Amino acid sequence: MKPGYYFWSGDIAAAEGAIAAGCRFYAGYPITPSSEIAERMALRLPQEGGKFIEMEDEIGSIAAIIGASWTGEKVMTATAGPGISLMNENIGLAAMTEVPIVVVNAMRGAPSTGLPTLIGQGDLMQAKWGSHGSYEIISLYPDSVQETFDLMIDAFNYAEKYRVPVMFLIDAMLAHMYEKIYVPPEDEIVRIERKRPTTPPEETLIYKADDDLIPPMPRIGEGYKIHASGLTHNEKGYPELTPQAQEKLVRRLNDKIRKHAEEIWKVEEYKTEDADVIVVAMGSESRSVRLAVDLARREGIKAGMLRLITIWPFPYKFIEKYNVPYIVAEINYGQIYHKVREYTQDVELLPKMGGEIHKPDEVLRAIRRMVQ
Amino acid sequence: MNPMEEMRREEEKLLRTDRLPHVWCPGCGIGITLNAFLRAFIRSKMDPNKLVVVSGIGCTGRAAGYVNVDSFHTTHGRGIPFAVGIKFARPDLNVVVFSGDGDLFAIGGNHFVNAARRNHDLLIIAVNNFTYGMTGGQHGPTTPTGAYTTTTPYGNPDRPFNIPHLAISLGAPYVARWTTYHVNQLQNSIYHALHKKGFRVIEVISQCPTVYGRRNDMKTPLEMMHYFQKNSVRKDDASFEELELKYNGKIVVGVFRDIQGIPTYEERYEDIIRRARK
Repeated sequence: MKPGYYFWSGDIAAAEGAIAAGCRFYAGYPITPSSEIAERMALRLPQEGGKFIEMEDEIGSIAAIIGASWTGEKVMTATAGPGISLMNENIGLAAMTEVPIVVVNAMRGAPSTGLPTLIGQGDLMQAKWGSHGSYEIISLYPDSVQETFDLMIDAFNYAEKYRVPVMFLIDAMLAHMYEKIYVPPEDEIVRIERKRPTTPPEETLIYKADDDLIPPMPRIGEGYKIHASGLTHNEKGYPELTPQAQEKLVRRLNDKIRKHAEEIWKVEEYKTEDADVIVVAMGSESRSVRLAVDLARREGIKAGMLRLITIWPFPYKFIEKYNVPYIVAEINYGQIYHKVREYTQDVELLPKMGGEIHKPDEVLRAIRRMVQ
Repeated sequence: MNPMEEMRREEEKLLRTDRLPHVWCPGCGIGITLNAFLRAFIRSKMDPNKLVVVSGIGCTGRAAGYVNVDSFHTTHGRGIPFAVGIKFARPDLNVVVFSGDGDLFAIGGNHFVNAARRNHDLLIIAVNNFTYGMTGGQHGPTTPTGAYTTTTPYGNPDRPFNIPHLAISLGAPYVARWTTYHVNQLQNSIYHALHKKGFRVIEVISQCPTVYGRRNDMKTPLEMMHYFQKNSVRKDDASFEELELKYNGKIVVGVFRDIQGIPTYEERYEDIIRRARK
């Protein structure tokens, strides 16, 4: 898009952010409230020489983007609710075979079909633990249309840099909310490309990691005779079904994210320096919490907000940094609350089952209770 | 060098010989099918660096692990959509899905149906051994009615897919069926299919003496091959009923559809890009 100001929804910003990041391949299946991402991609990708395909289901969609990623393309799919549950098997495949993909999950009221058009934050733990096995992915969650655009570029950069699926969370409110947004000029957008092998095919072990624990990724069609399998594999990519190979591979898949966690963490610390109580919030929910913090300050309560932008790997050092009571305000019956409780004893859950965010008054009452 | 020796050397270049021995049981038909594929590919003189082999999960799903080209062992049933992503992103690549009946038609059935309908430019080699071999011989979507398997101990009440008929009904431009007894016909068929475009389906009836044959009065590979030999009939214009596979019945083989000129999804999308860029 030409640089300048636009009036976009979160869904459109997600699509345009992806295109700005270099995404040229999208496979998806429509589902509320993410469908407008597919519609925007169908319109815009062929204009950029990219490819859009509407698949038969979410399982086919994520399988197609993993295949396409091996050709060197930057790829994305978007879904929500039941669709993300269907995609989880192949999120595990992408994690195991280290394929850069970006998956947008526009969280809606759940479980099951739940509240298709209304907000939920019930997939925060699933984003990390959705597929079977012990693995790390990256998950990001913006709170505005502008941040959706900007953060999408980081999402692609992380996927490429760490060869990992990035679960890009938005929510039904953000997906459908329109705001003014600024698209920066082309030369201000920083794009990271995945590492490619520098050695000729006959000297390359395609799953041999560098010191940063990330193996360079060859492209299909260049003679590297890639073999990728969801089975536990060795540095050649060949199945090796032993505890030793499992130990080496799975430890590295986790460590390549854990050891770079601090580079991946993004947190907004809003009025936290002198805070006596901090509310942890994410996504659209944080917009209400921000107002509640301001209202509390007007009453003389030193409240602050930690807004988690990186959800996974969990930015625990920001929780440890403050020795104050915490409130976790989330649109579920307690998910990130449990993560926060790992790092502090003094924490209270402010839940909401879904369909709406907390009203600022509800958050304010919780803040007052906490300082009493 | 004699021609057989030369072919063997050429084939070895296309195999990850450092992974041998393979996982397949003695007497299994998947090796015969893979051999036919490799020989057909060698004969085609196509560029191995542009060949991509994608498999799902199961005994046949292991085929991708033995071919010395860009090859992907994906998740159960998802070989076709994975291959769709590769082919759509890079239409110059020669993408082959090599997988089994359960993978392609049960768990992956929806992908088969829709990829055929869209006419993606993919060659599908579907090894049908009437059973789930890897998991120990349960009945699958192609097990003949009445057959004995570990999950049909009193005979199979289920009805199998008629794969050629299914593929034809979806508009697939090339549809053939052979058995592992028909090694030359199979090789020729793969050779011809490699030179065609669109969603090409070759069903290969294959023996699984280890978990299927032994429960159905064909304990040895030879008995299964004899069954294929005695009961196969070539009939290219076979009807729906004739194409159905009955328990211990006739196996109609042949090339049931071979037409040209149906645009592939990839070709149609080139036009979409042209329109979008106007």
